[in-house]
Amino acid sequence: MSSTTLGLGRFRHGIWTDNPGLVQLLGLCPLLAVTTTLVNGMGLGVATLLVLTCSNVLVSATRKLIRPEIRIPMYVLIISSLVTCVEMIFLAWFPALGRSLGIFIPLIVTNCTIVARAEVFASRHPVPDSLLDGLTMGSGFALLLTAIGAFRELIGQGTILSRLDMLFGGDPMPGLVLTDNGFLLAILPPGAFLSLGIFVAIKNAIDHRREQTNRTLRTNALR
Amino acid sequence: MTPEPVSSILPGSLILAGLAAICTALVAVTHTITAPRIAANEQAYLEQSLAPILEGIEHDGRPSESTIVISTPHDLPGNDPVTIYRVYANDSPVAAVLIVNARGGYSGPIRLLIGIDRDGIVTGVRTLGHRETPGLGDLIDSDKSDWIHQFTGSSLKNPPLPAWSTRRDGGEFDQLTGATITPRAVIRSIRDTLRYFDTHRDQIFAAANNE
Repeated sequence: MSSTTLGLGRFRHGIWTDNPGLVQLLGLCPLLAVTTTLVNGMGLGVATLLVLTCSNVLVSATRKLIRPEIRIPMYVLIISSLVTCVEMIFLAWFPALGRSLGIFIPLIVTNCTIVARAEVFASRHPVPDSLLDGLTMGSGFALLLTAIGAFRELIGQGTILSRLDMLFGGDPMPGLVLTDNGFLLAILPPGAFLSLGIFVAIKNAIDHRREQTNRTLRTNALR
Repeated sequence: MTPEPVSSILPGSLILAGLAAICTALVAVTHTITAPRIAANEQAYLEQSLAPILEGIEHDGRPSESTIVISTPHDLPGNDPVTIYRVYANDSPVAAVLIVNARGGYSGPIRLLIGIDRDGIVTGVRTLGHRETPGLGDLIDSDKSDWIHQFTGSSLKNPPLPAWSTRRDGGEFDQLTGATITPRAVIRSIRDTLRYFDTHRDQIFAAANNE
């Protein structure tokens, strides 16, 4: 992982090739639990993105002070105080979303993605690179949460973008209602596992196909 | 032995202490900025959830500012402290809103918001929180069905006490298809709350506010 990689490449890395949820399969607890609607998924995704970016910057800024024997307590301190701040910010400015996400905002502390990026990346790279890493990995996770949320909402509830008011305030909004009755399983916990499985399968299928075309192109070129 | 352990522990603990101080400061600053907003939001949410219960009752407003907490043991449903919001009009009591935890549901306690007027008539019931089965027991939620609205206007005399159960159990209230346990728990809790209100009415309105 060279620190000189261009920003665009890093985004591709965080969102596709090394997506924390799809490829590294980290942070599955919140991923499976809150993705019942698009708005919920996006809410927790953005919160995680925020924490991940800030923690990467803080860990990277203090990396000269990090000693092997106290590095875990340092990460815990940084991550938990950041999560506390993010929770207060949500309760102050997006109270409905904060209530809906409930315990899963404080539980961002336990999201392995964050401690993994602190250990693997931020503690070994300068601040700008770590900031970029937090942004890319965080957006990869947030996009996945939003996508799974949208998928489960569409199948399970037959709506899309319901309760958008939780982000912008105002009266409860039903969103785009496509059908009255959804396929309930998608909203229940098994539906979460199935949806994630489908997403991972689709990603792998696309990668696989791409690799095959590359290979045929290469063999053709050799001929 | 060389005093090496001491020298390696000291800088480490100093670094940790310094970082702890910085992180605490960060949390403290965020708290100072957000605390008033959070308090206002909570107040607004409470008033907003009390409003549908008190529909049609003229009152002075801000019932959340006249709160008492009944600590355990008490005769109300559940074994947690119960919060009661008292509602006044021109300084005389007109109604009370109680938050009780109904036990005996299918999965965990069901938090109910029960409004009762001065004469012991239910002004409205809402489900605040529950973990009942989606699609079956969760129809007690007013977002999902009208079931919970049927209690508005009922009292200990209407229907008479023995009829405080679902039709299937020989009572007068509608049941929920597919769910037996959930409605039973809700109906029993409302009945017990009405009984408590009937015997403790004067105490409830006479008690001093507490936070």
